[in-house]
Parts: sequence; C-alpha cells; structure tokens
Amino acid sequence: MCLQLTYVVKSGLVGFPLHQLNTKILPTLSATIPTPFPLVFSAPIVSFLSFIFSSPLSLPSSPPIFSPFPSSLPIRKKMATAFSPSKFAAQPFPLNTTSQNNPLTIPTIASPFLGSTRKLIRLCSSSNLNLRRRSGTVVAVSDVFKENKSKSTPNLLITKEEGLELYEDMVLGRAFEDMCAQMYYRGKMFGFVHLYNGQEAVSTGFIKLLKQQDSVVSTYRDHVHALSKGVSARAVMSELFGKTTGCCRGQGGSMHMFSREHNVLGGFAFIGEGIPVATGAAFTSKYKREVLKEVDCDHVTLAFFGDGTCNNGQFFECLNMAALWKLPIVFVVENNLWAIGMSHLRATSDPQIYKKGPAFGMPGVHVDGMDVLKVREVAKEAIGRARRGEGPTLVECETYRFRGHSLADPDELRDPAEKAHYAARDPITALKKYLTENNLTSEADLKAIDKKIDEVVEEAVEFADESPVPPRSQLLENVFADPKGFGIGPDGRYRCEDPKFTEGTAQV
Amino acid sequence: MLGIVRQKMLEQSLKKIPPAVSVLRSYSSAAKQMTIRDALNSALDEEMSADSKVFLMGEEVGEYQGAYKITKGLLDKYGPERVLDTPITEAGFTGVAVGAAYYGVKPVVEFMTFNFSMQAIDHIINSAAKTNYMSSGQISVPIVFRGPNGAAAGVGAQHSQCYAAWYASCPGLKVLAPYSSEDARGLLKAAIRDPDPVVFLENELLYGESFPVSDEVLDSSFCLPIGKAKIERKGKDVTIAAYSKMVGYALKAAETLEKDGIDAEVINLRSIRPLDRSMINASVRKTSRLVTVEEAFPQHGVGAEICVSIVEESFAYLDAPVERIAGADVPMPYAANLERMAVPQVEDIVRAAKRTCYRSVS
Repeated sequence: MCLQLTYVVKSGLVGFPLHQLNTKILPTLSATIPTPFPLVFSAPIVSFLSFIFSSPLSLPSSPPIFSPFPSSLPIRKKMATAFSPSKFAAQPFPLNTTSQNNPLTIPTIASPFLGSTRKLIRLCSSSNLNLRRRSGTVVAVSDVFKENKSKSTPNLLITKEEGLELYEDMVLGRAFEDMCAQMYYRGKMFGFVHLYNGQEAVSTGFIKLLKQQDSVVSTYRDHVHALSKGVSARAVMSELFGKTTGCCRGQGGSMHMFSREHNVLGGFAFIGEGIPVATGAAFTSKYKREVLKEVDCDHVTLAFFGDGTCNNGQFFECLNMAALWKLPIVFVVENNLWAIGMSHLRATSDPQIYKKGPAFGMPGVHVDGMDVLKVREVAKEAIGRARRGEGPTLVECETYRFRGHSLADPDELRDPAEKAHYAARDPITALKKYLTENNLTSEADLKAIDKKIDEVVEEAVEFADESPVPPRSQLLENVFADPKGFGIGPDGRYRCEDPKFTEGTAQV
Repeated sequence: MLGIVRQKMLEQSLKKIPPAVSVLRSYSSAAKQMTIRDALNSALDEEMSADSKVFLMGEEVGEYQGAYKITKGLLDKYGPERVLDTPITEAGFTGVAVGAAYYGVKPVVEFMTFNFSMQAIDHIINSAAKTNYMSSGQISVPIVFRGPNGAAAGVGAQHSQCYAAWYASCPGLKVLAPYSSEDARGLLKAAIRDPDPVVFLENELLYGESFPVSDEVLDSSFCLPIGKAKIERKGKDVTIAAYSKMVGYALKAAETLEKDGIDAEVINLRSIRPLDRSMINASVRKTSRLVTVEEAFPQHGVGAEICVSIVEESFAYLDAPVERIAGADVPMPYAANLERMAVPQVEDIVRAAKRTCYRSVS
C-alpha cells in the first residue's frame, strides 16, 4: 500500500545522512483536510510531501499505510523507513553540518497527487512500491541551522515584512494574470498567452530570494517570473498589448519577456530551450569568477520549466554539464502534472522527476509547490548551495495551474475533482491563513494590499492602453547589435562609423 | 588504451611545433605562405590573448588539439577554463554558449562539422539570432559558431551538406565563408569581435592549402569587414561569383577561359549574410553576364538569391540568363565517381561561362 508521510524538517534541509541525525521523531497528526501548514511542535520549516500517494480526501476508503509512527519501532529504523519514501534524492555528498540536535517532526498529512494518478494508486496497492527497499543514503545539502527555540513556541518561518512581501508578490501575479485573461477576451491581447494562476508560490518562493544580478530563465509561462524579478507591471502589460513602452518594446510578446536590467533572460517558446541558456548564464558567473577574476561574482541562475520538459534531451544534457562543471544553477521543475493535455504520467516512464538529479550527480528535491513557505525554504537551501559553489540542484515543485495551458485551451481533459482539490490548496489563501493565524498581520492589512495591487494592475492596463504602437521604423531595428552589420574594425569601432570606410578588400 | 598513449605522445611532439614555424616551412617564394589551418589557429590565438572574455567550446578542441587540429596548442596556452572540451551534446553546449554570450562573454563554438549543428540549430536561430530583436536591443549575443561545412572527400550523405543557404536565410545571423588564409584570418577576427551571432563556414578540404599572405594580414589587429566581397580576379566578359572552395575552382576556370579569349571576373563572396549585393551588381553591370557557383543543393540556395538580386537591380544590364552552378540535387553519394559528379567541377564552370557568352549551347 502506499505511504503517506509528510516530513517537517527543521531549517529547510533537503536531506540528511541518517547517521548524523540525532532526532526524536514526533509524529503529528494533521487534520483530514490537508492543509499546507500542518501543526508542528517545534520549529518547523519545510515539509516534504511524499509523492504518489492517495489522500483521505480523494480516496476515503484507503487508509494510509503508515499510521503515525508506532513507538515500538526503533528510531533509526523509523527514520530509514520514514525517509525512504521521501523525496530526498539519495546522493552521497559530504555533509556540511554543524552539530545539531534537531527534533524532527513527522506528521502524517495527506498529500494527494491526483489527476490520472488514480490508476497508479491502485497499482500501488498491490506492492510496497519498493519503499522499504529504498533505503539509500539520504544526504543533507547544506548546514542545519541551529535552533534555539524551545519546542513549545512555534518558530515562524518568516517575519511580518517578508510575509507581506510574499503575499503582495503572489497577489500581484494572480491579479495580473486574471487581468490578462480579461484583456485577451476583450481583444487587447492576442496570440499565445499562457497564464500562471495557481503556481505563484513557486515564482514568489524562489525569485524573492534572488539579488538583482541573479538571473531567471523561464518558458512561455513567464509573466509572473518577470513580475517577481522586478519588471514593472506596466512594462509587462504594455509588452503584452504590443505597445512600444513594453519591456521589449513590443517586439517580444507574451512568450519572450527579456529584461537586461532585472536579468530576466526570457521567455522561450520551445520547451527545454531555456535550460541550456540558463546553464550558460550560470557558466558565465563561474567564468567571471575564475577566469576574469571578479572574485565576488556569485550570481545564481534559476531555470524554470515544466514536467513535459523533463523528457526532453536538452534537460538531461544540461543536468550533466551543470553537475560536471559545478555550475551555480538551480533547476526548478514546475510540475503541474499536465503538458497541455498530456498527463505527466502518460508521458514519463518514471514520473518522479526529482530522482533524475542524483542520476547526474546533484541532489534532487521534491517540494509542495502550492505552499510558498516550503518552497522558500527549499529555495534558500538550493540557492545557498549554488552561491557557495557547491553546484546545481534539481527541485521539483508539485504545483497546479488553475487555468488551461493557454487561453486558447478548452481544458477538457483534466478532472474537475482534481482541479477542485488543488483550488482548495490555493497558495494565496494558504499564506493568508498562515499570516493571520500566527498573528503576523491583520486581515485589514492584507485587504489593503489586495486593493493596492488591484490599483497597480488597473493602472498598468490604462498605461498600456494609452501607449503608442511601435512606429514603422522600429520594424527593422535591433536585428543586429552592430548598427549596419559590417562588423568591428581593427580599431575596435564599428566599421560603418569610420568615415573612411571603403571597400575594405586587402590587396595581396 | 595503448593507441591513446601513442596518440598522446604524437600530440606531445606535435605541440612542440609552433604555428609560425610551419608557416616558414611552407614558404617557397618571396611572399609568406600560410595554410588555412594556421590562419585560423593564429586568429584564435591572437583574439584569445587580446580579450580574456573569448573562450572556445566544442568537442575535442582541447586535449585532442581539435578534430582538424585548428585549435592546436590553445589548451596548453590558455588552460582548460578557456578551452573547453564538451560532452557530445550539441544542443546542450550550444545553448550553454548562447546563455553565456547573453552576459557578454564571447564563446567560439566549434561544431565538428556543420552537419552536427542541425542538432543545435534551435539555439543558433531561436536563442542566438533572434534574441537581439526579441529583446529589442537589450541582449546582444556576441557568439561565433565555426566549423567545416560542405563536402569533404568520401564522407557520405550525412557529413557533406553545405549550410550556407539555411543560415543565411535567417535575419539576425551573420554568415561568413572564407576562401583564402587572408579571408580566414581577417573574417574570424572580425567575427570574434562582432557583437552579433556569426556562423563561420570553413571547408575541410581547404584546411591544408597554403595561400600567400602579406605582412598586413599577419598583423594582430587585421580584420576584414563583414558584408564585403572581394574581387579575386578582375575581368570584363563574365562575372563568376562563388564562395569557399568554389572560389578556387572559379579561378582555375578563369584561367581556362582566358585561353579561349574570355576574360572572367571572379568574385569571392566572403560574406553570405549580409550579401554584398552592391559589389555583385556593379560587377554584372560591367560584364553583363553572371555565373554563380556553390557546392550546396541548388534549390533555395545562395545562387538563387544572387540571381534574384541581379534581376531586381540590374536586369536591364544582363545580356544572358544567369547561370547557376550548384551541387547535384541528391544527398551526397559515397562512391568516388558519383561524388565527383555530385559536386561542381572546373569544367562545369567553364561550360556555364561559355554558355553565357553564347559560345556554346551545352
């Protein structure tokens, strides 16, 4: 039968070598309705959800395999079984730990992986899914933070300011995308528009931890990545309307958001195309540090892509090269289970994408992508790892898109129950709940933010509406960086700018 | 294993011969001679030493000294951080190079032959060529893709295609095809210094050929303009426009034609994109006859483009239809006699020139 476990790990670790853990496992029962933030006893930080497993919500008839840990089991063994179904990729990396005593809480929580996994779940029932056999070394990816708080007071993951920042960013993403849909149906936006509703936690969770010089590479579902990275809503909206005030002056469009200032490197229509480009940006960071001797260059690159891309050759090629050359990159898989109408399970021989990381020599992590705090903790780890020069990480975020693949997609193949299930796990609602329940902020503050964002988005639409369309002369501009295409002369200046530019053929 | 050891020992001894010495060795007359291989090697060497942002990437460019020994000695000189041996993943490493170029470093990506670039063509076109336009000038891509292009000897259909027309049809790319050592040096240096993606099409059979080079060419800041063709041989009766290896054939054809009283003007295109339409048109207005020569497939080729350019701009000056010599419209056969038939030969060019001069009907 399938296992249902959620691990709450202190300080956002990716994994632990078993022998180094000194823990007490305190099982915590969650409510039957899965919440993104289970009750925890002591400083909880991340919960890593187990993967294929049914939830009481979806299959009330199938009880969880492992009940909360029976105290008769020795702790070590419990950990072995406890961790083996987790999504920490087995990877014998040396551990950097400080000596810690980290109580580990392992509540059982439902983490359903719905959609066409129903058949898989039934398959699960017949075998143990190798869970017990899978006892490979699980290794930590970074330091375990020292926790000084006592077990009785909950240690919050974020401060009020951070919470509000996250909330605002997610609400901006959501409001913006909803406005895009409206504008599309009114005919102001055209072509291909792919909306990010439901996946905001991934974008916010990761990108809000970056500096301005770090770069983000995305796919065609890139509006919210650009917004999170700092491109103004006006610039993105104008770009979508095809106006000359857009971030790419209307020449890119929905799928090609570039910003040199904020280091958003696109916006690629071909899936998998952005991954090598991101790997190259990470390569440059390393090159600058080692060859060009810019010693403090520790820029990290994030590559966002989907589950369908993980079957593409370029993905594997780049996992190989990134691990081979230890590049400062984080590969973030936004696994929303569907590639247009192709379910992830129908397309992939081994649907557990995070496992593909260790095959190439990097840690692979799975995280609940509907929960911004969990994503943020994993992101801190992975980005920290990259910044320290320890190499790449593969992070699989289980998330969901509330709308269809694009605005032209009728979205008929997805089960309404699945959609409803994930809609109940809306990341914005969850964060709101967390903030209010932990008394970080009041409803009124959050409502004020909602209102502010609505105004920002409306203003962006007005701005875009009033902006001019690109002039005729813009059609032929920017094909080349070199103004007339004649190249650079020996003196380093553009040849066409040289007043004595002649036929330029040397006589031998 | 032993084979590799022996190979490494051979390479050790090869490494000891610096390029300059081999230039001197092949000098037989007053002008200095330089092979294309040395020209390319010296251009890469000089550009890498002038700018530490330039780095090489490709299969076998490092320890193997280059699949065709173009990058010989560079690994020892610049180290493995700047001369990168990649795994066999064209799509992957080309994309990595493009991503690096987004940040202003200057990769020179070697494809073992341009046939393999088809695995990476998505990155060459979609993420390199189009990016400056899509980002409206925010992100330029100063990258060079180089490697041998076109037919070699007996390598079969999958290793013999010429990609000039494919890449030259894409806006945002610059496509260069050198012929002589002077072209190779000057154009490669210009390509590396250029802020845009450049596809640099060499020819494997030309690597070993020597050409005379002047002192100006050997100067480390010598570079040629992109987008300008060169008149290799002045004439007044018929213009023969060619690129890469076919320029050599055209020059030989011109010598044959001279004996028959036809004075041919040979243009070495050098740059396929941007095409030097003004020079070709000026030449055709002078001679009134045009023969274009290429070894690629005929349909939608460079010759077709040149013909249309003439029709658009100098139609009234033409005295005869434009003759287009191209490779046979078949994948390259293996058998030596068939291969000879599938690639243009000097006689074909001579016959075509005579046809334009109404000296013959065949």
